[in-house]
Amino acid sequence: MESILNISDLGKTYQSAGKILTVLDHISFAVETGSTNAIVGPSGSGKTTLLGLCAGLDRPTTGAVELNGIDLSILSEDKRAHVRNLYVGFIFQNFQLLPTLTALENIMVPLELRGETNIRTRAVDLLDKVGLADRGHHYPAQLSGGEQQRVSLARAFSNRPKILFADEPTGNLDAETAEKVIKLIFDLNKEAGTTLVLVTHDLDLAGKTQRILRIKGGKLVSDNKTNV
Amino acid sequence: MVMENNLSNEKRRLNIPWLFEMAWRDSRKNRSRLLLFVSSIVFGIAALVAIYTFGVNLKKDIDNQAATLIGADLSVNTGKLPDAATQKMLDSLGDRHSQERMFASMVLFPRTQGTRLAQVRALEGDYPYYGNFETIPANAGLNFRENKAALVDQTLMLQYNVKVGDSVKVGKVTFVIEGVLTKAPGQTNIASGIAPIVYIPLKYLDETGLMQKGSRINYSYYFKYDHPVDIEKLTKKLDPRFEKAGLNYDTVETRKENTGRAFGDLTNFLSLVGFIALLLGCVGVASAIHIYIREKIASIAIMRCLGVKAYEAFLIYLIQIVGIGFIGAIAGSALGTFVQHILPIIFRDFLPISVTTDISWGAIGQGVILGVIISVLFGLLPLIAIRNISPLNTLRMSYENINLLRDPFRWMVYAIILLFIATFTHLQIGNWLGSLFFTIGIVVAFLILTIIARLLMFIVRFIIKATWSYPLRQGFANLYRPNNQTIILIVSIGLSTSFICTLFFIQSLLIKQVTIAASTNQANMILFDIQTSQEKPLANFTQKQHLPLLQQVPVVTVRIEKVNGKTAAQTKKDTSMRMRERLFGNEFRVTYRDTLSPTEKVMQGDWIGNTPASGEIPVSMEERFAQRNKLKVGDKLTFNVQGIPINTRIASTRQVNWNKMQTNFLFVFPKGVLEDAPQFHVLMTHVPSKKVSASYQQSVVRQFPNVSIIDLGFVLSVLEDLMDKLGSIIKFMAMFSIVTAIVVLVASVRISKYQRVQESVLLRTMGASRRQILAITTIEYFFLGALSAATGILIAVVGTWLLARYNFDIAFNIDLMPAVALFLGITGLTILIGLLNSRGVLNKPPLEILRGE
Repeated sequence: MESILNISDLGKTYQSAGKILTVLDHISFAVETGSTNAIVGPSGSGKTTLLGLCAGLDRPTTGAVELNGIDLSILSEDKRAHVRNLYVGFIFQNFQLLPTLTALENIMVPLELRGETNIRTRAVDLLDKVGLADRGHHYPAQLSGGEQQRVSLARAFSNRPKILFADEPTGNLDAETAEKVIKLIFDLNKEAGTTLVLVTHDLDLAGKTQRILRIKGGKLVSDNKTNV
Repeated sequence: MVMENNLSNEKRRLNIPWLFEMAWRDSRKNRSRLLLFVSSIVFGIAALVAIYTFGVNLKKDIDNQAATLIGADLSVNTGKLPDAATQKMLDSLGDRHSQERMFASMVLFPRTQGTRLAQVRALEGDYPYYGNFETIPANAGLNFRENKAALVDQTLMLQYNVKVGDSVKVGKVTFVIEGVLTKAPGQTNIASGIAPIVYIPLKYLDETGLMQKGSRINYSYYFKYDHPVDIEKLTKKLDPRFEKAGLNYDTVETRKENTGRAFGDLTNFLSLVGFIALLLGCVGVASAIHIYIREKIASIAIMRCLGVKAYEAFLIYLIQIVGIGFIGAIAGSALGTFVQHILPIIFRDFLPISVTTDISWGAIGQGVILGVIISVLFGLLPLIAIRNISPLNTLRMSYENINLLRDPFRWMVYAIILLFIATFTHLQIGNWLGSLFFTIGIVVAFLILTIIARLLMFIVRFIIKATWSYPLRQGFANLYRPNNQTIILIVSIGLSTSFICTLFFIQSLLIKQVTIAASTNQANMILFDIQTSQEKPLANFTQKQHLPLLQQVPVVTVRIEKVNGKTAAQTKKDTSMRMRERLFGNEFRVTYRDTLSPTEKVMQGDWIGNTPASGEIPVSMEERFAQRNKLKVGDKLTFNVQGIPINTRIASTRQVNWNKMQTNFLFVFPKGVLEDAPQFHVLMTHVPSKKVSASYQQSVVRQFPNVSIIDLGFVLSVLEDLMDKLGSIIKFMAMFSIVTAIVVLVASVRISKYQRVQESVLLRTMGASRRQILAITTIEYFFLGALSAATGILIAVVGTWLLARYNFDIAFNIDLMPAVALFLGITGLTILIGLLNSRGVLNKPPLEILRGE
């Protein structure tokens, strides 16, 4: 099967107090189009950094990231931004909605950026899909955590991404709400045929994906297929 | 690679309407704060628009009323009696003409026995032909010419409690006061306060006995053309003849230009004062936007994550800044348009015409454009940091500070700001050197204040002791913690304090200078226009009154004919001698003596006190005057002493202490040359009290009516009045800086409130008492206020010292009381505003505030 994400020999180091800190060390893997994947590992293992590099939010120190056939490691930040807008969707632990925009406007932003028309209808549809049809004019501060994450989910799917990156999507939610959000993520993912890469240390959640990549001390220590 | 090419092809076009929409959406919850930021520039813009509007109206009114300023189509004046040929030329001018002799003389009011030096104008003819003398009663301006009557300036009448119908003695003639002169053509209130006018008919001038040889008289001739004549063409044609005859002339056009230029300079100076207020406000805006952008990092990172490009994010916030700049500029322009109604009242005493208060759309346009440009320029400094905000902040908020000093755009913005300040200043004052000094001055003041603020933040870290109480430690720590207001407050409060304090210092320094002279045993009364025949009798009379003869000096009026053998016309051709041109036009009053006075010191050459038997006459020249005119020891000067040429050479240059109360001269001749030339004498004495001064003056005026007296005590009161009036104008303009500083203070404190609210609520939640939070706030703002004020005062002290030493050349002896009052006032105000802004946190339950924020 064709891969949408190719990571080869990826490394990331930072300079801290005059010392070089290696966060990611020679990581290579490929993600198949339409698959669901989880990156797991203990706190500080480098999994969020890996997600950031995969999504083109940062540049690697060594190695390459190829997303949908585009080598992100050689692109400028503005070009990477364009790639993100075209092919990538995000879900964050802290929801990351724009506080001054209503729920509906938050969903519309990626589509507005692409210059699409009739975006309101699509945004309303998505809000309906996440069960918030009547909350479109509410600001993030007026929504509960679960509601905010559902808006975030609707926004992530609004630009019909080829790949969805989720960073601890249930980290700030109670168990019941988390369960609902997870179901939504997988349902929408399946419906849209999107590739999913999520970072979590919740092994139950990871177990719902087809593949689990385990990171420790900045190194890829295991790469297992699940029974899903 | 193929995909990358596709990517380039898919380049997204800049969606301007969307950027505007995002800017609008993003500002939703911050509009009141944005308006608070921009309120900092409102007063600066208001000051400028008020001054611009005033300037526009003044120019228009000068244009409309220029003819009444001069009162005729052409006026010609000279310091010497025209010869027959010149008189013939003058007689040929105009269809109607008037003439006037103007000189300084003592006048005496017999009923009240008051005496005072006045500007006597003896008039013949129907002048003024445009406008009129404003008098009470209204027809007095015409009637006094027919009778042995006078018009007396309003200030003089009030001062000496004189009424219409009383008499005034000028020289030997007593005139009936026909009316009160409230305004003569082109006269300002301030000028009439310094040199009040008394008009008398010219036909009685000889009778007064004041027209004696050596008297300093100005001859004026006013011409009116009843048929259309191109005056400019006429004067251009006559110019060489006027110049040859030593005549100066004024037409409606030249007066328009000169008056316009003089007031143009004044309004330009005041607009610089307003500009300082605007710059202060801009620093406030820059600081507020800096904090605003810091708070927006998360939003910007989300946008970047969703695909917003760096420049798009930058543009979203730039649009907001342009928007608030525009609103601030509109508000400032509206306020300025209102304030300009007050300006003609404040300038009343200095204006020769009445000024209208029409709205100037040009001035408003200038204000709006300036407001937008300057808020964008200063907003750019924090805005360019947006380009560096990484989308990674969505995953992990990074406080890693990018080294902004390495950002070339930042330096470019600094350069543009400096260029803008220099260009704006150049547009106001018209010379690049002055603009450069102004810009450097502003930068240095900002730098000093910034360095002091940084130094404070650095030092405070080390002086905080663990043993101190919590509020004390916290109050001190607030001075350097992240998002502190230390730099912005020290710069804005410090700069406006130094500004107002320098004004106080200079004003008191100048007044003190005269007060010292008036109160010690130095001369405090000068008698001049003493004829040679009166010299000894007056000296005897003074001694009989038990008053000392501190100085008796002969004064001869001379002109310079040639410099090193070259006449004015020859010098004019030589561009290297341009500086010397002014030497030829003026009359110089010189003296002769064989010794140096105690205020003089020979710097170059030799002092020669007596005329040698043969050769050129050795004269001594004042050092700085010689330097200014590029003259040195050995240069040859030919003087014209009442028609007789005298060849001299500069034998020495002298340093003269002009601050001492005594007669000083640019040229001193040796004894044995000028003794027989027409001359008058000056006598200086010291009168111990006002009472002695009044009786001495009355006696002198009665016995020696042509002698003029300057009473230093009186000069002091006039000077104080003048300084008060001038000071009030500058203080009015400086007020805009102070108000701006207060607005910046309020805005900064409000912003810091947003910053600190979480922390205060946390403290409150943990049980901190209202008193403890108040104590922390008081300590923080006490130090900010006190240090800002103290730094401002220190800069003012240094600035005043520099001005005293290098500009006014007077002793540096300042009165610290106003500075202490200013220090206490500003510190108190800072604490008050700090406390008032903390009220919200203190009076509401913590949860309510957190939800509200």
